Amino acid sequence: MDKTVNQKAWFLVAPVFLVVAFSAVLPLMTVVNYSMQDTFGNNQFFWNGVGWFKELLDPSTDLGGRFLASLGRNLFFSLVILAIEVPLGIVVALSMPRQGWTVAACLVILALPLLIPWNVVGTIWQIFGRPDIGLLGYVLNAIGIDYNYVSNDIDAWVTVIVMDVWHWTSLVALLCYAGLKSIPEAYYQAAQIDGASRWAVFKAIQLPKMNRVLLIAVLLRFMDSFMIYTEPFVVTGGGPGNSTTFVSIELVKIALGQFDLGKAAALSLVYNLIILIVCWIFYTVMTNAGVERKVQAESEPALDFKASAGLKPVPALKPKEGVA
Amino acid sequence: MHSIPGRRVIMALFLIFLLLPIYWLVNMSFKTNAEIVSTMTLWPHTPTLQHYKRIFTDESWYSGYINSLEYVVLNTIISISVALPAAYAFSRYRFLGDKHLFFWLLSNRMAPAAVYALPFFNLYSAIGLFDTPWAVALAHCIFNVPLAVWILEGFVSGVPREIDETAFLDGYSFPRFFIKILVPLIASGIGVAAFFCFMFSWVELLLARTLTSVQTKPIAAIMTRTVSAAGMDWGLLAAAGVLTIIPGALVIWFVRNYIASGFALGRV
Repeated sequence: MDKTVNQKAWFLVAPVFLVVAFSAVLPLMTVVNYSMQDTFGNNQFFWNGVGWFKELLDPSTDLGGRFLASLGRNLFFSLVILAIEVPLGIVVALSMPRQGWTVAACLVILALPLLIPWNVVGTIWQIFGRPDIGLLGYVLNAIGIDYNYVSNDIDAWVTVIVMDVWHWTSLVALLCYAGLKSIPEAYYQAAQIDGASRWAVFKAIQLPKMNRVLLIAVLLRFMDSFMIYTEPFVVTGGGPGNSTTFVSIELVKIALGQFDLGKAAALSLVYNLIILIVCWIFYTVMTNAGVERKVQAESEPALDFKASAGLKPVPALKPKEGVA
Repeated sequence: MHSIPGRRVIMALFLIFLLLPIYWLVNMSFKTNAEIVSTMTLWPHTPTLQHYKRIFTDESWYSGYINSLEYVVLNTIISISVALPAAYAFSRYRFLGDKHLFFWLLSNRMAPAAVYALPFFNLYSAIGLFDTPWAVALAHCIFNVPLAVWILEGFVSGVPREIDETAFLDGYSFPRFFIKILVPLIASGIGVAAFFCFMFSWVELLLARTLTSVQTKPIAAIMTRTVSAAGMDWGLLAAAGVLTIIPGALVIWFVRNYIASGFALGRV
């Protein structure tokens, strides 16, 4: 769809711009201001230049060591949950019932964990995993596995990862399901006539059709796991020791715990910058994927229903507009 | 055809995995504290409603739910009403800096709440909104408005352009066209967007907790505070947790037919 150039559209966008600028730009300016200063309390500030940033990126200092360690943990965590949630989400989406009341029931149950406040998610798993009163902890210990997420690093990690899989796999599954539902039945019939195997159907039809939603899923999951705070904080409090302290937990500890405004602000800026870069990469890939698909679809005459006069274009086969 | 072998088993196992921890919470909320601590029981042997009774009769508890719902509803209304015109603009027009603006909005959806906790505290204290539902509602706009724009843009793009043109030819003014024609056409999209705003505002705690102190504490914050002070009242904690799940479950039930397309943000 070719859009018309119209600068008056800014009037329509202005409210959004104002609301978001009020909550994004103003506070960010405060952060930039703090990041260059040091304070000893009493609202007295001293100019510190780029001192905090130097310290932040130098692993030999206390601040730098803590930041880089939590960053490493966070990246590892994000990669692990993506590696579990994306394949599992696809499998669950493929396992959805085809019709009847079970579809609605499955959808509602799948969406349920997404609507639970994050600290309650933490509370659920905190209780569920406790060896004394939680089913999971009790059963594991009863069958001879020494499981205790409060004192053992690995157990704490496993608990946090399983919790995230429990919490967010549904999102991936629902996205993939939406992608699958948009595939017209004709594609499957064609595959059947060609005698395609199930795997071939998955690889040649289903996966390409899920491409776009999978990108959204990976983007959302990566970002949300990269800024995860509440759930691990409630379950492990960042412990045992510092073993499950992710970047956000470290940041809140420095900002609201120690009230080290300068350090916290510098950390915030670097943290935000990383997110911005990753976000930009995904956005570019997503926009390009949209354009490529459009070009591809236009070059395939078989899909060009408009060419045959009098035939109304089938909506599902029409190339969709890119993100922007 | 779009299914795989053993799908019923996989689905059943996954649903059990999802429901088991929730069942355990519900189970605990009906037990007495003595039963929770002393024995391992798969269902409450001496079922009790004492925890729920306490929450519904103690104002410091139930006011938490009202506070939470208040800012969630405010936020949903603000987000949808500012996002609607913007979504239309992004979908129909090209204008100076549109792509950059869209990316900037999207990047705000991804900004970590932890970064904003402290500056928001300063900002809202300075303008006198601290400890009001408005503070939380406005703060949550930072991730809900971009999301609403993103979802609604997908739905507006699904409305054929010819409809706009016909309406304008028929002499509709822009606001009248917008309210009388466009909004009813994308009603399901608005429902989906509202659902997402509700959801993300309801589940967020860090900002909500930072921006409130006494008057408008959200239920999630009241839960953590009371528990640490009272020396682990497990039954009460579980009952409060169960009650926070209910609004979400109700909302899902209403939008169940749109969930799938909604999660794809209107653009599959």
